[in-house]
Amino acid sequence: MLTPRVYKEIPQRYRLEANKCKKCGRVNFPPRLVCPNCGSQEFEDYRLPTTGKILTYTVVRTPPVDFKLQKPIVLAIVELEDGTRIMCQVTDLPPYVENYDEIIKIGAPVELVFRKIFSEGEAGIHVYGYKCRLI
Amino acid sequence: MRDVAVIGIGMTKFGELWNKSLRELFVEAALKAIKDAGVDHIDSMYVGCMTSGLFAQQEHLGALMADYLGQKHVPAYRVESACASGGLAFRLGFIEVASGMSDIVLVGGVEKMHTGADSTACLAAAADAEYESFLGITFPGLYAMIANAYKEKYNIPFDRFRKQLALVAVKNHENGSKNPNAQFPIKITVDTVVNSTLVADPLRLFDCSPVTDGAAAVILCPVELAKKYTDTIIKVAGSGAATSTIALAQRDDITYLDVVAKAAERAYKMAGVTPKDIDFAEVHDCFTIAEICVTEALGFFEPGKGAEAVEAGKTALDGEIPVNTSGGLKAKGHPVGATGVAQICELVEQLRGTAGDRQVKNAKRGLAQNMGGSGASSTVHILEVL
Ligand SMILES: [Zn+2]
Repeated sequence: MLTPRVYKEIPQRYRLEANKCKKCGRVNFPPRLVCPNCGSQEFEDYRLPTTGKILTYTVVRTPPVDFKLQKPIVLAIVELEDGTRIMCQVTDLPPYVENYDEIIKIGAPVELVFRKIFSEGEAGIHVYGYKCRLI
Repeated sequence: MRDVAVIGIGMTKFGELWNKSLRELFVEAALKAIKDAGVDHIDSMYVGCMTSGLFAQQEHLGALMADYLGQKHVPAYRVESACASGGLAFRLGFIEVASGMSDIVLVGGVEKMHTGADSTACLAAAADAEYESFLGITFPGLYAMIANAYKEKYNIPFDRFRKQLALVAVKNHENGSKNPNAQFPIKITVDTVVNSTLVADPLRLFDCSPVTDGAAAVILCPVELAKKYTDTIIKVAGSGAATSTIALAQRDDITYLDVVAKAAERAYKMAGVTPKDIDFAEVHDCFTIAEICVTEALGFFEPGKGAEAVEAGKTALDGEIPVNTSGGLKAKGHPVGATGVAQICELVEQLRGTAGDRQVKNAKRGLAQNMGGSGASSTVHILEVL
């Protein structure tokens, strides 16, 4: 178990702060020190767009213990408008869904939103971050 | 570089073994391999293990296992590459013998997964802790995402795709039913799979490899020296390893295991062979979709044709390229750190012609592919009878 300080002080938990390679333009989320595309170590700060589309998804029926209250949880790989990809939960879905394939389609447009990710243990502190919702 | 042979193999039965500890599992397999080889000493040893720290609060496995194997003072290395720990340990043992540094090397793999620890959480440590597991994704979930992307990319109707996935498990259980060391040596049907509990859509319980305790070990030595111990010389003809992005989202093509293709390319090159020259293979079917994607990345089938190949029986025991004759991770079991070494044991059984009811006819050259995470690391080894 990570202590709260480990994640609370990482900016990428709360803000969509990425970096962009000055040489080849590749965007990295999370930010990197070495560009995986060209090897450059020169970057500029970059804010990710907040809309994109679902590339693939799944419904996790047996999530880790911290997510038990939310189960099942829906997760997706989202390709943002600029081509950057992130993994996140799909939120704001109806409380009971018979067949998720009818609601969520690969290619469906989504927007990123700020949400609680989970609470640590019984009455534990809340952990926040980004999720996406269908638009 | 010297040519290297595998002269001894040993494994424990795989299963839910509450009465056996981590060290007992390893030592049992190692003793069998030493006895099988007929060697009177080892020069060094490797221990492949993914996460004994999370499962059993035990690290420092090199020293622990050397001590309990009665090999105090022998150098021992613990190797970790998630579920590819065993395959990578084998590669390092091979390199040590090939280099001339040592003559007789033991490579073992072990995982004790039934300890009371939350196995889903322990295994999730192989994903990106900050940008994947943090979000609640599990390994079934990651491979389920690969499955959904595959179905979409190759435009396969859901019902047909669902059946294709199931057929991987059916085949592997059919083979596993002939393996006395398998955790679940039972035959199943497509209905067993499609009616089992949903784990991560579209994957169900019978699409997933089980939680397993077990160990496997092999003995390596130079081919020249091997002649002293055996008449059936089984040479390590090719070894390849590779890495790719730790996070699935960063993979260029989510449906294509580039890490496997890279490792395979290197192993084929070293062995001087092509995919067509492989008689049979043990591959990393941690989930049914994984076997399909792996057989494509290994070059057995074109991308997008792996699912059809299973349907057509091409990977069955009597097919054109038998895959997972041991039962695979699905039926034999998947003690994660042991898996890569257990695959080598199956290759040797087949090449020696001692695989019993699951023997592949005229097995002269076999391939073993082991994989870590959602495709972040992989090893490929090619063994052949000299
Ligand atoms: Zn760059």
